This record gives sequence, C-alpha cells and structure tokens, in this order.
Amino acid sequence: MPEQDPKVRAHNFKEVPLGYTAEMAMQEASRCLNCKKPMCRTGCPVSVEIPTFLALTKEGKFAEAAQAIKKTNALPAVCGRVCPQEKQCESKCILGIKGEPVAIGRCERFVADYERENGLVTIPEKAPATGKKIAVVGSGPSGLSVAGSLILKGHDVTIFEAFHRPGGVLMYGIPEFRLPKAIVEAEVGYLQKLGVKIETNEVIGKTITVDELLNEEGFDAVYIGVGAGLPSFMGTPGEDLGGIYSANEYLTRSNLMKAYKFPECDTPIVRGGKVCVIGGGNVAMDAARTALRLGADSVTIIYRRSQDELPARGEEVHHAKEEGVEFAFLTNPVEYIGNEKGMVCQVKCQKMELGEPDASGRRRPIPVEGSEFVRDCDTVIVAVGSGANPVVTKATPGMELNKRGYINANEETGKTTKDRVWAGGDIVTGAATVILAMGAGRAAAADIDKFLMGTQE
Amino acid sequence: MFKIISKTLLAPNIWEMVVENPRLALKAKAGQFLIVMPEENGERIPLTIADFDREKGTITMVIMAVGVTSRKVIALEVGQSLYAMIGPLGQASEIDTNFGTVIMVAGGVGTAPIYPIAKAFRESGVKVISVQGARNKDLLFWTDKLASVSDEHIVVTDDGSFGRKALVTEPVKEILETRGSEIGCVYTIGPAIMMKFTTLTAKPFTQQYPNLKCIASLNTIMIDGTGMCGGCRVKLGDKVKFTCVDGPEFDAFLIDWDSVMQRQRIYCEQEKCSLNRYIETLDSKQ
Repeated sequence: MPEQDPKVRAHNFKEVPLGYTAEMAMQEASRCLNCKKPMCRTGCPVSVEIPTFLALTKEGKFAEAAQAIKKTNALPAVCGRVCPQEKQCESKCILGIKGEPVAIGRCERFVADYERENGLVTIPEKAPATGKKIAVVGSGPSGLSVAGSLILKGHDVTIFEAFHRPGGVLMYGIPEFRLPKAIVEAEVGYLQKLGVKIETNEVIGKTITVDELLNEEGFDAVYIGVGAGLPSFMGTPGEDLGGIYSANEYLTRSNLMKAYKFPECDTPIVRGGKVCVIGGGNVAMDAARTALRLGADSVTIIYRRSQDELPARGEEVHHAKEEGVEFAFLTNPVEYIGNEKGMVCQVKCQKMELGEPDASGRRRPIPVEGSEFVRDCDTVIVAVGSGANPVVTKATPGMELNKRGYINANEETGKTTKDRVWAGGDIVTGAATVILAMGAGRAAAADIDKFLMGTQE
Repeated sequence: MFKIISKTLLAPNIWEMVVENPRLALKAKAGQFLIVMPEENGERIPLTIADFDREKGTITMVIMAVGVTSRKVIALEVGQSLYAMIGPLGQASEIDTNFGTVIMVAGGVGTAPIYPIAKAFRESGVKVISVQGARNKDLLFWTDKLASVSDEHIVVTDDGSFGRKALVTEPVKEILETRGSEIGCVYTIGPAIMMKFTTLTAKPFTQQYPNLKCIASLNTIMIDGTGMCGGCRVKLGDKVKFTCVDGPEFDAFLIDWDSVMQRQRIYCEQEKCSLNRYIETLDSKQ
C-alpha cells in the first residue's frame, strides 16, 4: 500500500498509509480463494463476513462490500486501520502458508473509505422499537460496538461519555496519523444517524451512578465499557519533574486537546528537544511518533527487554524506525534528573540482560550491576501500561471486581455479578486492542438483547 | 446547557459566576471540583465548587483571571454558555464531627471553595474558626458570607488595609498556642505557598496534640479529571496519588509541597506566550 515518505510524514500529522486505489483493492480481493471453510472469519473477534465482502470488492461493488462488513462491525474504517490483522484474520488465510495472505485489512479500509467519501452510507433497516432502554458507559470501541448492535435490534440506546467529545481511545489515544479524527467522527455520526443518543460531559459514577441509571432514569440494562484508565508510573525517583508525562497525558494533550496546534488551541505540551519514551508497546510507538511530529530533535524508545520481546505490532515498529525513532534495548530508567526550573534534563539508565522466562513466557530482564549511564533528555513519556480506573467501579456496589480492580464479567456474555449490568473491553481484560473490545461489546449486545427480549415474554 | 445565569465582580480580576447545571448541582458536595472548558479549542481546567443550589439547579464558581482559559471563562456574558462543564469530581470533604473545632484557613481566591466546607462543618455541629487572608482590602470578598458560617472570623491582610496586618499563619499559630487542645483540624485552601506555610505552622503542634490534622485542597494541572492522564500526580509521603480521583484534599503533613509548586510552573512559558497572544487579539479587535 502506498505510504507518505517517512522523511516527510515524520513532520506532519497526516495519515501515513495513503490507501489502495480501486484497482488495487479489486486486484487484492481477487486473490481470495473463497475457501469452503473460511478460516479468516474464525480469526476475527467480530466474525466479519470476510469472503462475502472480498467477493463484492473484487466485482467493484465497494459500497455493498462495506455494508456486508457493517452487519457485524459498526466501525470498518477504524478496524481497517488499527486492527492487528496479522494476528487475526490474515494469520488464518490459507494463502499465508506459502506466501502473502490476502490483505484483508487494507481492503476493509478501502471499501469503508469509499462508501463514506462517496456519500453512499445507507442506514440499514432497524427492528421495530422494543421500548427497552440501554445505557452504555463510555464511547470507545467497545461502547460504540454495543450501541451499534443494540440499536439495530430496535432498542433505545444512550451512550454516556465523560470527555467533551465521543470516541474514547479512538479520539484521545490513537494519533491522527494512524486514525484521522474525521473518520472517528464519521463513524460515531453513523451511529447517531441510526438513532444512538450520545451524552458527553457525563461522568458515570460521579454525575450519575449506575444504580441511578437503572432505578431512576428508567434504563433496563447498563453496559460498562470505560476502558482501563489509570496510567502506571514506575516509581522512579524524579518522576514528578516537569516534562515527564504518562503516555495517556501526552497523547490526550496532542490528540484530543490538539496541543500540536498550540497556541491556536490553548492546551500546551512540552515539545522539541530530546525525547525518551519508556516502554515497547503500541502506545509507546504512538507516543514516539507523535513526539517526532511535535518537532523533537531525537526520539529514543527505552525498552528493558530486547527487540524480540517488543509487544508492539511489527508494522508500528517498522513505521517508527523508518521515521527515525531510535531504540535503546535492554535498558531501564532508574532516575530522572531535573534542572533548576524543575524540568527533566537527564535520565539515568541501567543496562539489562535477559534471564529465565517469567510468568508471561518472555525472558525476564535482570539489571546489570554497575552499568548505569546518563543521557540527556527534555521530555520523557512513560508508556508502561495502565491499571483499572476506579471511578465507575467504586460507585457501583454489588459488582464484583478481581484483585487488580477490573470487573469480573462472564467471558462469553460480558455479564457482571450485578443484576442488569454487563461490561467489556479494557475495564474487564486490562489493556488490550480495539477489536477485542469491540468483540466483547458485540457478545454482550447479543446477551443483553436475549435478556431484554426474554423478560418481555 | 452550562448557561451563565449571573456574573458578579467580587474583587479586581475575581468573578463569581453562577452556571446552570441541574445534574451537577444535585450531586455536588463540599470539597469537590469540576472541570470547565470555555470554548471548543480551549483548555480543560479544574475549578473548585464554591457553592451549589440543588433547587435552582445551579453551581457557583469563583474564578480569578490568571491565564488565557480563566480569562476566556470570565469573558463569557450572562446568557452565554461554557463549552463544557464536568463533575462533580474528586472526593467530598469528610465532615468529621469528632474534630470539635476546625480552623478554616482561606487565602485569596481560596475563600470560595472553603466556604461550602465551613458551612458543612457548621451545619454538622463542629465549631468553625475561619482565618481569611488577602494581599489587601480590595482583594477580599465573601467576608460576610464566610463570617455567616463561622463561630469566629478573623480577617488579615498583608498590608493591613483591612483587618489585622498579618499573614494567615500568625493567627493560626496563636490559636494553636492558646487553645490547641480544642482544635481537631486545620483546613487550608489557597495559593500553594500559603498552604505550605500553614502546614509548616501546624506541624510542630502535632507533638503536643498528636491527633491534630491538617488538610489541604490542591489545584493541580489536570486534563480529564477522572484518573486518566496522571498529570495531577502528587507525592504524598512515599506514595504517588492522583489529585483528581484520590483528592483534591490530602493530609497536608504528607504533601511534598515543593514538588506541588514545581509542577504548577511546568507550562509557565507557554502560558505567557498564550496570554500575550490572547491580549493581542483582544487589542486588535478594539
């Protein structure tokens, strides 16, 4: 797929891949063998009808192809961009055994873009109104997926969002160059056209509680999809210095609050200079590539294990390297040193070596004694994961949590231990992917529908 | 939504604004805060709740013109609306009736958030001694209002233009010296430097009165206000806490005040640049 030149794109926020042309999409789709037992579908957390949509794409029926995807996936333009297809649908493609699998994600992205850009988005017929009301807490991928499924079943769906704009992590977390916000707005707008109501600036657990939604506001069921939330810090001395951010804060400032447009937009961000990003996941890659675009002189990812253990998607690592992000493997920060203004100016690091595999199956990093060294830096972004956000869970008595504070929900249905309450996405699983959150949302929607319609009989 | 119902100038650059928000008013408790955004491309800033009226469905906030965002909020006229208002956030003040007597120490614009807490203490039968300080007479506001919920009300100014010429720490020290055994808690809200010195004033008395508490309400850098960004982190003893979800009130004896003040200055250069730009735009409009 054609992409913006790495040297150019490292300085702008425009999308990196430029997308297929119609010919390219048709050609790629024509490679599909249309297997009798399409394994690709089993690799998709929301079971998209992949052979059907590829067959339509091959014939140039792009809008129809997009509609086929939307039967099970409300956000194809998003998933076509951010799903780890190489671990899901594409990993199951028969063609992948000997050569390249069909580029399912790229085709998905193309048809969804084609449908939207050409004004061909149609509103599917909804089931007759059931009179049942569902509250969805959080407008991220999981909440949008639940809402998209339940609205088609004829239910009355309201999404509550704490931020001033809907989209959750798609808005605040994933950068513009990987997922343009106009696309998120369009996908959210599609749900609104279907009849989903969205109330922004409402913090469930604070402005109104889950019990009040159920008992006073007349909702028959509640789905909690608030994401993981609390960013983890490492407790490294000096972590409170200025210029040290959690990845959540850094990305939210740049993405949602548009700090990259400061001072036209009012939210500031420390930019330029030498940037260190701590961690090796997708969020670390997003933060590193954002820092480049905010004008950093250099960006280095500091990761305590080796290249082989990097949890980020290969494509993200590849893009980051192409753009000039440097990597310091087997390295861990042990102290941050500040200047007279209280801003970070150096990070003291320690070299690591790999020992025996730990519980995660990855080799455990062990500090090398006497290997400390100091490097200069002006910004540090800590991207080492997150913990469970307590705002909703603390205010919801009767809902069981696990010992890490995540919600205990049935793996297949998302049902929590609290009557009429379901949950899914990162607040159940801990930080995972957009599509897994959507899969959880879709499964919960089916169970909620069954519950609501069952009780009616 | 979020319509400005009234707007009153309390002191130079300090405005009281009453905003329509029935849901928030219904839930607001003393000690909590809210986040406001004046316009779509604006910043999200935390403001402590100064008062609320559940029947009228309104929230009162007191805001001082400091940077661009506070100025943009103040520039809104009655009838106009804030772009966003979120809350009530954070933990409510714990109105502990075992305190017996509390000293409520308010500095500058901190008078506004201390008022509902003082009121809640008074209503629950705790004796309230309030110490209200400002640089000078012109910057004092809500003296009658605070006095109305206080058993004793002491006003100090830096220059002696009203009340006693003193810093807030002086009466606090005297009260603790003369009747420290009666005091359960020193509550302080205001500029960080003032809260730091109030804490340092109270601290030595814990030797004599080990149960004496000191609580401060922090106003930190913040984006979402729901625990997500970590920008509001504060060192509390050997722990790191988030002001938005764990606070905004903390045991003041454990707060690392120098770190708090240092973090408040992170964006001081950008804030200047932003403010100059805003003032230039205003000038060019005139």
